[in-house]
Amino acid sequence: MTQRMKRTRSQHDFVPLADDSLIICRCEEITQGEIRKAVYDGMSTMNEVKRYLRAGMGLCQGQTCSHLVQNIIAGELGVPPGEVETHLSRSPVRPIQMIELAQDGGEK
Amino acid sequence: MKNKDVIIIGGGVIGCAIAYYLSKQHVKVLVLEKEEIGAGGSSRNGGGVRQSARDPRELPLAMHAIRNIWPGLSDELGVDVEYCQKGNLRLAKTEEHIKILERAINQGCSAGLDLKLIDQKEVRDICPYVSEDVIAASFCPTDGHGNPMLTTLAYYKRARELGAEFITGESVISVLLQKGNVSGIQTDLNTYSSDQVVLAAGFDSRTIANTVGIDIPMQKILVEALVTDQQPRMFPQMIGTAAADFYGHQTKHGSFVFGGMTGLEPFASEETEPVTRSITASSICRAILGYFPAISQANIVRTWSGFLDVAADKVPVLGRVEEVPGLTLACAFSGHGYGISPTIGEAIAALVVDEKSGVSLDAFHYDRFKPKA
Repeated sequence: MTQRMKRTRSQHDFVPLADDSLIICRCEEITQGEIRKAVYDGMSTMNEVKRYLRAGMGLCQGQTCSHLVQNIIAGELGVPPGEVETHLSRSPVRPIQMIELAQDGGEK
Repeated sequence: MKNKDVIIIGGGVIGCAIAYYLSKQHVKVLVLEKEEIGAGGSSRNGGGVRQSARDPRELPLAMHAIRNIWPGLSDELGVDVEYCQKGNLRLAKTEEHIKILERAINQGCSAGLDLKLIDQKEVRDICPYVSEDVIAASFCPTDGHGNPMLTTLAYYKRARELGAEFITGESVISVLLQKGNVSGIQTDLNTYSSDQVVLAAGFDSRTIANTVGIDIPMQKILVEALVTDQQPRMFPQMIGTAAADFYGHQTKHGSFVFGGMTGLEPFASEETEPVTRSITASSICRAILGYFPAISQANIVRTWSGFLDVAADKVPVLGRVEEVPGLTLACAFSGHGYGISPTIGEAIAALVVDEKSGVSLDAFHYDRFKPKA
């Protein structure tokens, strides 16, 4: 069940932090600052941040960074991390070559 | 009760685009979305910004967007929506396929579209990676692709900056009437009042429109897609096939996004949430490798599915509902709403504000569906 959220804009300007250059999503090289700015710009769920920045869209599909991203979003929104739903998991669990995948099923 | 000039139901690319073009004209907008921004078809999308093989009724909408809006959209919204205008190749392997292409070419050309049939050599000059089985293609140089997720979120971000209010996680249950005119909406939690309601909720538009006696004949059809890992830059064209077995393109990121149909979609088991089926990714891969053997070593890193809101005649339902003054429809995009979303946003905003849509929406009237004589 999706939580109700009012997407009100902050009355303040975006405030950068000293450690904003920290890389959070290693596959796609997305920094803490980029994630914080995305939340400031309205991206309020893990899926929205993922679709906006590609954080969690790389080879590992967020297996490495998703908790970090979740914590940053929660911190920016001022809610406990558990209230930020994790992003959708997508098959396959591990990357599979097209030539291999193509052999499964079909008429031939 | 909260007063807004316009309430938009649905926070997908269509709802967000309408919210943006209304906010630009200082209209007070409230967007209600039951899930999150772009949760439906807007993030389950092949990204085509295409005129070729479009229904002749839809062509003027696509041509307007491509001539006048897409080229400047990233600058306008302040977000790179990854629009790439390097043409669309629709590939043919058989004489039958060529006949399919010729029909679409005739339709396009008579509407003034630059669309032509090219032979095997010309195809390979444009895209050297196609298999030798490809004997011809249609080519439309003004077609292209964009990133639907970024486009949706960019419209959302900019509309929000301009003052549009967005509430997610709240489901609209019904449209409210007073003396036959729209007076607001009822959600699972609140009542909101407004004499203008725009319904852009994908397939869910049907049940919401039903609450004021309007029915839009459409079906919910599963569609599935997949993404590869990052590949060397290969070709920038949007690709489709006359056989309609797959479509896709290489993104700015370098990954390929491909969608396709197994042929069994209308018979997929009833699911409320879109799920990927075990048969589909393999089927799409087989189709792709039949045209692009060069990417056989690419890895599939992600698959997803979504629902299309397919109208009985496969074009959208747009415009005012005369029987319910104050209600405007923008739904039933039938799987090709993304490319025309800027036109729709602009036209529906204009229709709500000054009763004129700019481009004609007459062909998309909700009352066009008639039973057999």
